[in-house]
Amino acid sequence: MSRDSILSKIRSALADVETKAEHPGFEDAAVVSRVRLGDGSPIAAFTRNFEAVHGRVMRHADPLVALLKEQGRTFGYCDPELMNPLGHALTAAGCTVETRYDRTRYDDYEFGITRATAAIAETGSLVLDDARTSDRLAALSPWIHVAVLREEEVHATLPEAIAGLGNSRNIIWVTGPSKTADVEGILIEGVHGPGEQIAFFLD
Amino acid sequence: MVNRQPIDAYAHDIDEEKQSSVSGGSAASTDKRYSALFSDYEDPNALRRLASRIKDHTLHHLDDYLEQAESSLKRNGCHVHFADTDDDARDAVLSILREREITRLTKSKSMASEEIHLNDHLIKNDIEVLESDLGEFIIQLDGDVPSHIVRPIIHKNRREIARTFQREGIADDYNDDPEAITRRARVHLREKYMEAEAVITGGNFISAESGRVVLVTNEGNSRFGMAPSRVHIALVGIEKLVPTDRDLAVFLNLLGRSATGQQLTVYTEFISGPKDDSQPSGPEEMHVVLMNNGRTDVLASNCREILRCIRCSACQNVCPVYRQASGHAYRSPYGGPVGAVLSPILFGDRFPELADLPKASSLCGACNEVCPVDIPLPDLLLRLRDKAKREHIPQPGDLPMAPFATLATSPAIWRTAMTMSKAMNHLPIEMAPVRPLQDWLGQRTLPEWRGGDFRKWLKKRQSD
Ligand code: SF4
Repeated sequence: MSRDSILSKIRSALADVETKAEHPGFEDAAVVSRVRLGDGSPIAAFTRNFEAVHGRVMRHADPLVALLKEQGRTFGYCDPELMNPLGHALTAAGCTVETRYDRTRYDDYEFGITRATAAIAETGSLVLDDARTSDRLAALSPWIHVAVLREEEVHATLPEAIAGLGNSRNIIWVTGPSKTADVEGILIEGVHGPGEQIAFFLD
Repeated sequence: MVNRQPIDAYAHDIDEEKQSSVSGGSAASTDKRYSALFSDYEDPNALRRLASRIKDHTLHHLDDYLEQAESSLKRNGCHVHFADTDDDARDAVLSILREREITRLTKSKSMASEEIHLNDHLIKNDIEVLESDLGEFIIQLDGDVPSHIVRPIIHKNRREIARTFQREGIADDYNDDPEAITRRARVHLREKYMEAEAVITGGNFISAESGRVVLVTNEGNSRFGMAPSRVHIALVGIEKLVPTDRDLAVFLNLLGRSATGQQLTVYTEFISGPKDDSQPSGPEEMHVVLMNNGRTDVLASNCREILRCIRCSACQNVCPVYRQASGHAYRSPYGGPVGAVLSPILFGDRFPELADLPKASSLCGACNEVCPVDIPLPDLLLRLRDKAKREHIPQPGDLPMAPFATLATSPAIWRTAMTMSKAMNHLPIEMAPVRPLQDWLGQRTLPEWRGGDFRKWLKKRQSD
């Protein structure tokens, strides 16, 4: 059986190791980039690092409405719990906003608004946790993804974010829009996932 | 005809356009890596050493961690399969699919699956497999093989890709704008994701403590492949374990920066089992295939440090031999220094055939300097050269030492040989007196003889 044969091969391969290496242990500070964290607040660091990877940070519906108008995107999905305040503001601005993600229309949704659980200041990442993402596809198939969170949910560092992973079956850190440099090393955004990644902070 | 070592033959015959794609692309990645690591950390080397020690510790306790990972994965609701050989791994995947009558799936880039030629096997068994990473998708359309660990189509340019898309009906017309190429693939692939019943991924890390399988992609293809699928199969090498979630902080910080100069890869996914009932999208079943396929041979060898590798490709990008020869010259999924060490041992039955790889290095040491887990690649290359010698594996291009000894012990002949060496570059190689010398010369341009001053000086001094 593969299991036993692998284990016994490992054991005999290691038979000549006289002193097995100990886990070195480390302080969180040893792996944190002080430079990325900077001296300001975690929110300031998040904004700086997230914008550096072409993410956009918003706090009001107006700039979102303006962006949708500019790109001519009018049809989207919104987590029902986020209709107030965000979804309604978009409806008022003339968008069609659905609160049930219909899988057969995966390619029609131009924007998707879902809840983020946290963010990481040091790396400029959003944390999407299955437990709070109303539908994974809604955060993935639309060109624009709006991840909604509160300022106090931002972790300062990556080790803190790892410590806060919790028990969810699926968590994804999103550091900017989907991208590739496969063709001649040229950066193209929006490969399979969103081409615009927005972090939206609730008051 | 000069009988070159296979890797040298590739380097010699490579077409110019391809070579410049490879060397330009890898040089750019090397620059990005450097600026990301050195601007973000005061002492990136301390981080590399830490990572290397954690990996050593894990490898020294691999049996314990493997058992721990198994129980954590099971606790998370995953089905765990062990695969000792490549056959076992292919069978494990195929039988999962067969039992569920699955005939259509997407696959996100996985080096482990390249190792065992999984696609061919599944297709032969009437299962439709579609590679979803943009680069791998193009590779699949072309019936090609990847030439780089992170950027599989580094050897192709946009014109070639545009022609492929037109030929394969991905697009009606020719358009070589990289943005257009990407959009066309986006439209084509998302339709396939939605139709697929299963997804196969690799795994960058597994935390033994929590059983989280960590998967990183920039494109979001594994995420998209997983969202509509019923079944997720992760094929992961047994060396991908790390002890705890906390350790992931070390490796994630190093991986993105070393590979592409990113602080983190865009999508870093932590998967612990099938989806929750409350989540509408995502697999209902998760299988993890823990694959050996020669890794325990590597562990038993005197090159076990290579198992620390996190497949970042930094050594490949920085390597002058890789830049000249391209990844295909390494005749395995792993190109560059990592491949030169790993492939001859991992595919042990192919050792004689791959024994030229460790010799194709100037031992400049750049690979060790960039390696995020501080693998002493030049030392390992030397150990493998030694192994080839001990096992008497003849190599085209090996110059028997006897003629060299004659040259070196006779000053007169040495002088003549040195002054002639430049001339020898212009002589037809076939004129060289012995076959091994022909081969040796065929691979080298001898430097112009600049000596003589020391000899003259010494002579003058003696006569004074
Ligand atoms: S050997 Fe080191 S540098 Fe090369 S791919 Fe592996 S981890 Fe990266």
